[in-house]
Amino acid sequence: MYSDQKMEAEMGLLLRAGVVVACTLMLAGGVLYMLRYGGERESFAIFHGEPASIESVRGIWREVRAGSARGIIQLSVLIMIATPVMRVAFAVYGFARQRHWLFTAVSLTVLGLLAFGLLEHA
Amino acid sequence: MAGFVGSLTGLGGGVVIIPLLTIAFGVDIRYAIGASLVSVIATSSGAASAYVREGYSNVRVGMLLEIATSAGALAGAAIAAHVPTSALAILLGVVLLFSVFAPAHPDDGKNSAPADTDSLGAKLLLNSEYPGPNGNISYSVKRVPLGFGIMGVAGMLSGLLGIGSGAVKVLAMDLAMGLPFKVSTTTSNFMIGVTAAASAGIYLQRGYIAPGLAMPVTLGVVAGSLAGARLLATAPSHHLRTLFKAVILALGVEMIYNGWAGRI
Repeated sequence: MYSDQKMEAEMGLLLRAGVVVACTLMLAGGVLYMLRYGGERESFAIFHGEPASIESVRGIWREVRAGSARGIIQLSVLIMIATPVMRVAFAVYGFARQRHWLFTAVSLTVLGLLAFGLLEHA
Repeated sequence: MAGFVGSLTGLGGGVVIIPLLTIAFGVDIRYAIGASLVSVIATSSGAASAYVREGYSNVRVGMLLEIATSAGALAGAAIAAHVPTSALAILLGVVLLFSVFAPAHPDDGKNSAPADTDSLGAKLLLNSEYPGPNGNISYSVKRVPLGFGIMGVAGMLSGLLGIGSGAVKVLAMDLAMGLPFKVSTTTSNFMIGVTAAASAGIYLQRGYIAPGLAMPVTLGVVAGSLAGARLLATAPSHHLRTLFKAVILALGVEMIYNGWAGRI
């Protein structure tokens, strides 16, 4: 039997891994960012929206491959956002393994809502 | 600078980051919301990883209520673009004031009564137990529909303002559903990451998440929450809390005033 405790332990591990990977990457991107733009003072006083190139998964990936510091930071942001999503996906798997169908359906519903938010809203 | 702000607010979360960034540093509230969302996911997931393993969070209650919070967050994020930023500022101020005055009293033991097997909470197998000083303490879950409704509001606030709305979540579980305080706070923390992730994708695509701001804020908040946990363990936390409440109160009033005056 796949116990609640076992599932919770694995869930905790998954969350920690996601945050550690995202923060490490963010730190690396941050160092690169400071090296490149450390001298200038970027202003966030006026909202103009970030360029479209760092608003989608495909765009961010292109920036990362080009070695852009902003792209690396945005990739770490994507991993950060993906961490709770993976946790929900893991809950779907966990409850299904427990044959706890009601909560498998509950977790699937949450996953569906999250997927809706992450879809490209052109 | 933003990292320093973040580390100071590791104790408070998004509800403190946004007013600090907008009032003290003149950051546009939309960039502040984007940066706050990312940091909220980081601290929530980091802290939740420990609480879940220690058996405090009620994963089932969390999952069920996440339907309400993530649906609310999607709705909140969808309408946020059509709400004037001054109205967002005022709303955030109100939430700040609420989080100061919200009842937060660890009154464990109120829920040791045997579980009512007819309730919806029992039918959904939500009742559980958590580690106490003398072994596990069992508790039952009451008024599920009411808690679900309040969670929808919490999710909507989270999606509108880019905060975790932990205070509202604790209210729903502690007061409405009768969960023990420790379970309410840790389960609230567990849910915050998912709630924030629901709207973060929308905000990312809207260009609210600026890497140059989100990076120092998030790293600062993570560092601050690690340091804060240690500080709270050693420092006389009573004075710290009083000071913290005064700061939040001042920020709340300032946000409402600035929003009213149309400065944000």
